[in-house]
Amino acid sequence: MSVNANGHAETADAHAHGHADHGGAHHELPFWQKYIFSQDHKVIGIQYAVTALVFLFFGFTLMMLMRWQLAYPGRAMPFIGSLLTNGMPGGVMQPEFYNQLGAMHGTIMVFLGIVPLAVGGFGNYVMPLQIGAPDMAFPKLNMFSYWVFLPGGVVMLSSFLVEGGAAQSGWTSYPPLSDIATKGQTVWLLAMVLLITSSLLGSINFIVTIVQMRAKGLTMWRLPFFVWAQFVTSFLLLLAFPPLEAASVLQLMDRVAGTSFFLPSGLVISGEVLKVAGGGNPLLWQHLFWFLAHPEVYVLILPALGIVAEVLANNIRKPLWGYRLLVYATIFLGFMSFVVWAHHMFMTGMGTTMSTFFQTTTMIISIPSVIILTCFLISLYGANIRFTTPMLFAVAFLPMFAIGGLTGLPLGLTASDIYLHDTFYVIGHFHYVVAPGTIFAMFAGIYYWYPKATGRKMNDTLGRIHFWVSFVAINGVFMPMFFQGMAGLSRRLYDPTVYAHGRGVQPLNVVISWSVWLLALGQLPFIWNFFSSIRGGVKVSINPWDSTTLEWAAPSPPPHGNFLTDPVVYRDPYEYSVPGKATDFSPQFVEG
Amino acid sequence: MDSTHADPHGAASHDAHGPEEIAKHVRVYIMVFLSLAVLTGVTVGISYVHLGSHWMNIVVALVIASIKASLVAAYFMHLISEKKVIFWVLGLTALFFLFVIFIPMATIGETRHFSDPANSAAVVSAPHH
Amino acid sequence: MSDVAIPYSVKPHPVTGIPNGKFAIWLFLASEVMLFGALFSSYILLRTGAPSWPHGADELNVPLATVNTMVLITSSITMVMAWASLKMGSLSKYRLYMAATLACSAGFLVIKYIEYSTKFHHGHYPSTSNFFGIYFTLTGLHGIHIIGGILVNAYLMIFTGMWKTDREHFENRVENAGLYWHFVDLVWIFLFPSLYLL
Repeated sequence: MSVNANGHAETADAHAHGHADHGGAHHELPFWQKYIFSQDHKVIGIQYAVTALVFLFFGFTLMMLMRWQLAYPGRAMPFIGSLLTNGMPGGVMQPEFYNQLGAMHGTIMVFLGIVPLAVGGFGNYVMPLQIGAPDMAFPKLNMFSYWVFLPGGVVMLSSFLVEGGAAQSGWTSYPPLSDIATKGQTVWLLAMVLLITSSLLGSINFIVTIVQMRAKGLTMWRLPFFVWAQFVTSFLLLLAFPPLEAASVLQLMDRVAGTSFFLPSGLVISGEVLKVAGGGNPLLWQHLFWFLAHPEVYVLILPALGIVAEVLANNIRKPLWGYRLLVYATIFLGFMSFVVWAHHMFMTGMGTTMSTFFQTTTMIISIPSVIILTCFLISLYGANIRFTTPMLFAVAFLPMFAIGGLTGLPLGLTASDIYLHDTFYVIGHFHYVVAPGTIFAMFAGIYYWYPKATGRKMNDTLGRIHFWVSFVAINGVFMPMFFQGMAGLSRRLYDPTVYAHGRGVQPLNVVISWSVWLLALGQLPFIWNFFSSIRGGVKVSINPWDSTTLEWAAPSPPPHGNFLTDPVVYRDPYEYSVPGKATDFSPQFVEG
Repeated sequence: MDSTHADPHGAASHDAHGPEEIAKHVRVYIMVFLSLAVLTGVTVGISYVHLGSHWMNIVVALVIASIKASLVAAYFMHLISEKKVIFWVLGLTALFFLFVIFIPMATIGETRHFSDPANSAAVVSAPHH
Repeated sequence: MSDVAIPYSVKPHPVTGIPNGKFAIWLFLASEVMLFGALFSSYILLRTGAPSWPHGADELNVPLATVNTMVLITSSITMVMAWASLKMGSLSKYRLYMAATLACSAGFLVIKYIEYSTKFHHGHYPSTSNFFGIYFTLTGLHGIHIIGGILVNAYLMIFTGMWKTDREHFENRVENAGLYWHFVDLVWIFLFPSLYLL
């Protein structure tokens, strides 16, 4: 992907750059330093984004295979099935392979797809531009983060090749099953240690950059909401990830050194008592895992909310309603996300007092989420909306995120959770948050910032086809899951038809599966659009959306060092349609 | 952290660590070192004395460890004269640290039986190792 | 290598009063607090859930660990003295104190090695019981942190060229390495009583 077509502009700019208290001759960087081991936050951002998109598509492919088994249990899969001789002999999916696909789908989508795209990709590319910084605070550390993430991802995928296949204990890796699972689980843990390390380094870099490197005049209360979202997200990554690292180390010890941190005494496997010291507590893993994984949910959604805020503000052509309220709600949301984790554990028998505590905190955390969504809806009210391609995705995000959020309430209440726990209802709930929610926001972000990264716009017609097919298909995928879940259908079932209540809702599985495959087809225009527009897209000005935030002051694509002159900030981030002004947008970087 | 807005009025000459200042610090460092050594001796010695209940021993040992840790943090890590932004970060961390220590503990009341060998009914039917 | 000059990478930021590096190292330590916090939490959970748990002093070598505690505390003061020497303008003293720090850290690992090998010799492995599991995991992870510190400190002791070209930057680096090293000491201050004495 062409990031910086004009090397001469880059050199000239670095000289012009005002922070220059450095000497040394400038020179053209060799290819491997410019595009592979680059220290430029924009190149690293694009590396993250492209890698994450590839992983996302891979994780989606795993799901497409699973959907065949769910729609037509036990039937041989034509063509593709015969290629996967190990997992699908004769085209029929094996239960172990199904479990591997499920575990790896979750792991890949969360840890290799959305987080690297939302934080590593968008955060890296956009955040320093939006705060008017020449780069991240630690460019080498930034490069290092990516080069720890990539091996982590490769190791994770390579686990399909080890004896016994990939991890098959779900993305949550609950012991004792994960403790006694095949070798793939050990590879999963090693990969997680790499991925966590990468995230930690990245989050440190983000926080330092946002606090220390804002342009002159850019106070915290003038930051675009996207930057605030990344700021809170970074704290979640920084403080929530280490407990999972601890848990991974403990599980590694269980699997490699024979400890029994998560193995209770007297565990019987296939009729034989497991020969370990015992005395461990499987719930310990759940605590440590969810201590990360619940804040992780907000790591998945906050950057998405940030992107939606930017795209909305730009296309409603008026200031975002309740900017400060949004920021306070986000900070409160981030804080509360550390005290809700055990609502994933209502069924573990942890006692009514603690269940009530977590039920209460869970109800409280829904308040800031609703505040954020309400601010966005009020912003839309009375606006003269421009339905650009990014805006379509951003607007669709709102009801999708609302459905995802509201369906979470019955899961956060202990009484209704007893019935709904671990059913397809849960799958529907969180996928509404992260798939038509977060991923739609990611698409909005890609269409929105593509002109900044390449100097060209993506094709609008293809964008609209992509949007409408995706929108219809994705609801076809997740809406029926609520009905299946309410009928009592459990998640992670290899063959739902073994139960009578599963057979009743089996036709819905066929609907879902065909919607999934339609959704895949709907991504083809996007993939074509994404690559062909690098050279074939319409050339646009440096501020094609008439936007107000700082990234639009830099050339497209911005050179190494970003701005031609040090930007100075004069006003709040979303000053659209200010009365008495000649244009309907007053950029932060324009005086007067 | 709203006090951290960026309006650079020149690089503030904040350096409180002039050479004379440092020489004074060195004496403090040595005092801290000696206190740490004494406290180490005390905590080992006291661990051989039964203080009424095992809980009392735990509390005393942790209090001594906390004093030692505070000395290291305050003087060796200069936390005593550190900037506000660091305190914000550490305050937040301390809070979440308390969550991760105490909340799981509060939930074990009714799950303790998992690790009790008398309760060996846990059966997992999975393919062998 | 990088053409871009990053503001406040050496000088403190006018508002926060600290340079980027120092902020970053504190954030890193914050995440380390959560890492060891989670491990201590696991220890507490396993121990309180166990019907019986050995008394540390009966299973582990307290005198050896007491010596090790002293060694680590000594390395902490030599580390802070190394930084103070730099501030007072003496590179040779800095090197001396840094060498002492490294000697102490190596000594710590040697004593740890003796402890470990005695345990193995007596047939005590991580798999023996959750007590030994926790003991080996926590001290092992702490040991990895010691090794990391040794690498950084050795680098800073040997490659001092920056002191002549960019003195403040070098002092900052030593200070940051010191912060990390004191934190490793601080973790041990809690590990020692909770594993050996209680």
